[in-house]
Amino acid sequence: MVLFILLRLLPGDPANALISVGADEAQIAAARRQVGSDLPLGQQFVQFITSLARFDLGTSFVSRTPVLPEIMDRLAVTLPLTVLSFLLALVIAVPLGILSAVKADRWYGAAISVISQLGIAIPVFWVGILLVTLFAVNLRLFPSGGFPPRGWDTPVEALRTLFLPILTIAIVMSASLLRYVRSATQDVLGSDYLRTARALGAGFSEALVRHGIRNGAVPVMSILGIELATALLGAVVVERVFNLPGLGSMLLLAIEQRDFPNIQGVLFISTLLVLLIGFLADLGQRLVDPRLRESRGARS
Amino acid sequence: MTASLKETGLGLRSLTISVAFAIVGATGAMAQDNADPSAVIRIGSLYEPQNLDNTAGAGQGINEAFNGNVYEGLFQLTDDGDVVEKLVSGFEMSEDGLTYTFTLQPDVTFHSGDPLTAADVKHSIERVTAETSQSSRKRSLANIESVEAKDDSTVVVTLKERSISLPYNLTYVWIVNDAAEDLTSSEDGTGPYKLDNWRRGSSITLSPYENYWGEKPKNGGVTFSYFKEATALNNALLTGAVDIITSVQSPDSLIQFQDNPSFVVTDGQSTTKEVLAYNDRVAPFDNVKVRKAVARAIDRERLLNSIWGDYGTLIGSFVPPTDPWYVDLTDVDPYDPESAKALLAEAGYADGFTFTLDTPNYDPHPIVAQFLQNELAKVGITVEINIITANEWYTKIYQAQDFQATLQEHVNHRDIVFYGNPDFYWGYNNPEVVELIASAEASGSEAERDEKLTQANRIIAEDAASGWLYLYPQIVVSTASVSGYPVNGLNSQFFAYDIVKQAQ
Repeated sequence: MVLFILLRLLPGDPANALISVGADEAQIAAARRQVGSDLPLGQQFVQFITSLARFDLGTSFVSRTPVLPEIMDRLAVTLPLTVLSFLLALVIAVPLGILSAVKADRWYGAAISVISQLGIAIPVFWVGILLVTLFAVNLRLFPSGGFPPRGWDTPVEALRTLFLPILTIAIVMSASLLRYVRSATQDVLGSDYLRTARALGAGFSEALVRHGIRNGAVPVMSILGIELATALLGAVVVERVFNLPGLGSMLLLAIEQRDFPNIQGVLFISTLLVLLIGFLADLGQRLVDPRLRESRGARS
Repeated sequence: MTASLKETGLGLRSLTISVAFAIVGATGAMAQDNADPSAVIRIGSLYEPQNLDNTAGAGQGINEAFNGNVYEGLFQLTDDGDVVEKLVSGFEMSEDGLTYTFTLQPDVTFHSGDPLTAADVKHSIERVTAETSQSSRKRSLANIESVEAKDDSTVVVTLKERSISLPYNLTYVWIVNDAAEDLTSSEDGTGPYKLDNWRRGSSITLSPYENYWGEKPKNGGVTFSYFKEATALNNALLTGAVDIITSVQSPDSLIQFQDNPSFVVTDGQSTTKEVLAYNDRVAPFDNVKVRKAVARAIDRERLLNSIWGDYGTLIGSFVPPTDPWYVDLTDVDPYDPESAKALLAEAGYADGFTFTLDTPNYDPHPIVAQFLQNELAKVGITVEINIITANEWYTKIYQAQDFQATLQEHVNHRDIVFYGNPDFYWGYNNPEVVELIASAEASGSEAERDEKLTQANRIIAEDAASGWLYLYPQIVVSTASVSGYPVNGLNSQFFAYDIVKQAQ
């Protein structure tokens, strides 16, 4: 409802994406009829609600093709992009975060912490441009952008084009993740159970691995869900820099063209995905922390 | 002052042409070496079509990808601006000029395998003139009374009035299979390439059509890759991800290609005009003297130079040098701030005035607007810049005509006709021009038409109907290993079938 009204408040008319200089009044009228912007707002709203209730995302005003297949096409870029960057960020952030907490008194522990602080401050697009200049334009190791016409039918090509965008997101994401891992580890280090475990004869590493990681993972896990959701929505910028045909660039273009069905479709699907991620993060927390499972059992 | 400006204009133009010829010659010579007929040509462009149907508001990108490549017309507008027969093998015009009889090429088939018949042609023309058609040329074909399929290979077109530009106007009409159902996301044309794959937001891939009736393409297929940003597009060319850029829009980026032997920069003939359009209906721009004063207050040569360096051309009216009705009118209102002030005083604006300039938010308009703001301040005119999106432009300016002045790039070929339409957004209404443009179309010969349009051209320049700031350059950049591509891109077309790539 809010979305519907906000979109209609934008100046301009979706029909304008269809006409060009030289169009006469009949053509403008035809375009408005086509996209339904000639109807009263109330009627447009009823149409919108009824089709949403049928899970029908409708047909794009501009491309005149159904919205859902295009979203699926673009998810084939955005999902691997965010999931893989997320995994890479984990691989970077978890060990480094633990290391910088455990070795906080050594120079490299402090260095990791300072660098990650810097990483948080750097904008994503800047990292992207830097990587393109270095790895694509100068070293010619990876393509500077785009996505192969055959998509995942040519998996090697697809992965090659996604490498730099994934690295870009992973670098920025790991910087903030690292801070969370570090502080969670510090909490664990100061905890009673770790001291007890060591007192019972476990070595430092053993105690940390057996008892620390599990406990530290719980708060980190809830942050992970939020980070992943942010990455999904934040892909807009990276897709622009690397010219990727993902969900973010679809949304951007649709807003420019006032292509309401496409805007609504993308937002609807990304909301579903964010909810799904939240649910998975919750589930993950329960898996690592038996207390969360038991407390529910106790109540019922 | 007058003379020197004119000279510069001519100098620039002849330079442009000679550069273009020199480079075409050079790439032509390279072509014979060891061309690879199976090479796929990768073309980078900023203009992704919105859908695949040029009567459904697909935008200029579809002309670039599909005209002459996937779809063909009865006639074709060549890259040099000539109109040649394509799907017709011959035609006859009746004495009164109202009936055209077209004979179709034999043995032409659509990509789906169906043969081309007169019924397809009738269907295709009627698709463009239909009520729901969004074709930019619908208006110019409104003169068609009827289209009849006399037999399978003969089409008879009857007109309401004589129309000397009918073959030209038909170059805009794709001949499609009348049995095709979905033309917005697939195709069924007769061209040398068929659509292989369209990945929205990214690329269109074309592969050679094995049963093509004419000469086979000189390459193994084409991929159009689409970019949102000029920088990303340039990087793609630099890194070898594309072979050609169809149209360079950022002058700064040219430096990295110009002095590099691995790349070829071509400067062709453009039809894109940067226009300061006044609303000629409302004060103060309903006053010819005010419009002329504004024209004289702007140093267009410096404007063009600050945006495009040595590229681009100065124009004195809406007509580019490639149109047959071109005359050099750059000295009608030359840069002369003193006479601008005098004209303003005569018009009753000795102390200047303030107006709002609705400026589209994409390049180069915001920069041009700032330049105008500075120039006009010197003669006492205050410009308030109002930035709007392209979409708003159509609602506020084009349809509601609620504006004082605006900036717009007019891309169309042979579009002087807009000045013959008093209802057009800029509201220029000179009955003499309306009459000249209407009667030019009914001319018995091209010479007669050209004379009338030349006269109309002179009048709109004298009236300073709009401010014609400059003609964009048409710059194509490629790697040195490809050649045979079009350099002018008239009507945004980009014929791919003659492009060859050297074997590596």
